[in-house]
Amino acid sequence: MDSMDQISGFLRQFWGLWLMLLFLAIVWWAYRPKNKDRFRDDAMIPLRDDETVEEKNDGRAS
Amino acid sequence: MAHGAAPGTRSDGTFYAEGAIRLFVLAAVFWGIVGFLVGDVIAWQLAFPVLNLDLPWTSFGRLRPLHTSAVIFAFGGNVLFATSLYVVQRTCRARLYGGDVLGKILFWGYQIFIVLAAVGYVTGVTQSKEYAEPEWYADLWLTVVWVLYIAAFVGTILKRREPHIYVANWFFLAFMITIALLHLGNNMAVPVALMGGDSWTKSYGLLSGVQDAMTQWWYGHNAVGFFLTAGFLAIMYYFVPKQANRPVYSYRLSIVHFWALIFLYIWAGPHHLHYTALPDWAQTLGMVFSVMLWMPSWGGMINGLMTLSGAWDKLRTDPVLRFLVVSVGFYGMSTFEGPMMSLKAVNSLSHYTDWTIGHVHSGALGWVAFISFGALYFMVPALWKRQSLYSLKLVSLHFWIATLGIVLYITAMWVSGIMQGLMWRAYDELGFLQYSFIESVEAMHPYYIIRATGGVLFILGALIMAYNFYRTIKGDVAEGAPDSVPAGATVGVQR
Repeated sequence: MDSMDQISGFLRQFWGLWLMLLFLAIVWWAYRPKNKDRFRDDAMIPLRDDETVEEKNDGRAS
Repeated sequence: MAHGAAPGTRSDGTFYAEGAIRLFVLAAVFWGIVGFLVGDVIAWQLAFPVLNLDLPWTSFGRLRPLHTSAVIFAFGGNVLFATSLYVVQRTCRARLYGGDVLGKILFWGYQIFIVLAAVGYVTGVTQSKEYAEPEWYADLWLTVVWVLYIAAFVGTILKRREPHIYVANWFFLAFMITIALLHLGNNMAVPVALMGGDSWTKSYGLLSGVQDAMTQWWYGHNAVGFFLTAGFLAIMYYFVPKQANRPVYSYRLSIVHFWALIFLYIWAGPHHLHYTALPDWAQTLGMVFSVMLWMPSWGGMINGLMTLSGAWDKLRTDPVLRFLVVSVGFYGMSTFEGPMMSLKAVNSLSHYTDWTIGHVHSGALGWVAFISFGALYFMVPALWKRQSLYSLKLVSLHFWIATLGIVLYITAMWVSGIMQGLMWRAYDELGFLQYSFIESVEAMHPYYIIRATGGVLFILGALIMAYNFYRTIKGDVAEGAPDSVPAGATVGVQR
């Protein structure tokens, strides 16, 4: 336990770096070519809704 | 995709719970006009002090928090409640968690908070913390309402039928969670009644001195960042694509925009305490993070504006879209001005002057109010199932009259603020201050009149909007209108 405390105490000093890495990972995820199509799809969410259609289909968009 | 509505989810005949949203919309219009009106009254008081009427209840010191709370928490808050409950149901394709019952509890709970706070201000009950003036009993009440609000919002997200959580909901959720945190953090206080005091309304805060100041501006600046920015960016990410009828320019940029804003904003508060007892390193930290905020702010602005790319002609024919897009322009302008003013050298001139007031209002009137007007103009026909607004010409009139009002307001405050700052720091050849304070007050007079006149125009615009809504809800359509926009296009019912 003591050594775990020491390690975590040491690593916590660099919290700024960890947050930066987390942020860079998000940027990488957002701009990964593999995700291009799904985000283009997700951008359409507000335009796909249609109340009258959804009422007929139990809340499904199409 | 998982589906199959639970039985009984459609008790009122529509798929979405909209009763409470309609109430929030009406309350937003009402409190908006009240808040603008009180603001203009105190603007005239600054030009003509006799308007304080020599009564405690109508003095500037009591009406000023009434104005700021009415426009931020009553107008802005009701707009955020209305839009968040509207957007979350539609983008999750799920009925509001708790339905209209919880929606109405939220509505009345929030209005009671507003009245509790407002009555306190005019009768002199205040914590004396800017934007956190309500005393302990109102704070506790708001805490209960806010927890229910988060429950309704998150509950709706949890039962969504759309697999992905649309970016607007991320911004709304960040706004709710951060406001909860700020509210609890900055309102830690003990009522004196518990300690044998004889007042039921008075309390003392836990912190004092510079710790109290830093906590207050951690709260104050993030109220700007998460109440007036993140919440209204959520409105941008839903209503601009909706009204332009095209998806946001870059969804990937919106993800980066969101996380950059979240990581950076919380650190910017110390720029409100430049050249005070706050340690120098903390001031510099606040300044640096404020400057870094340029990037997410402008990334977001570009994302909003470029959504129009290829459809700029719509601005000519659609005044609702004009409100939305010009608001994003104001957002870009005031988020350019803000980091600049957070630089210590600039701040030494601008702090405590009218320049700050001008800056706040280019954000509040240009960004927050304009995007709210755009969202309200969009939602009213959709919520009351009308084919279109009563009159697009009146929307256009509202737009131009309000824009003129803003321009008068902010230009007057730029001139008076910079003049004030320069007069305060002017020395004569013997090293004495060149002007007495009262001379700088006297020099402000014409600009205060120009500012208050701009305020009158802004209120006129809001009254035009209220009339337009009244006729729209009644079911009227002005003769020959709306001729330039096909029916349905403005209300977003047809896609």
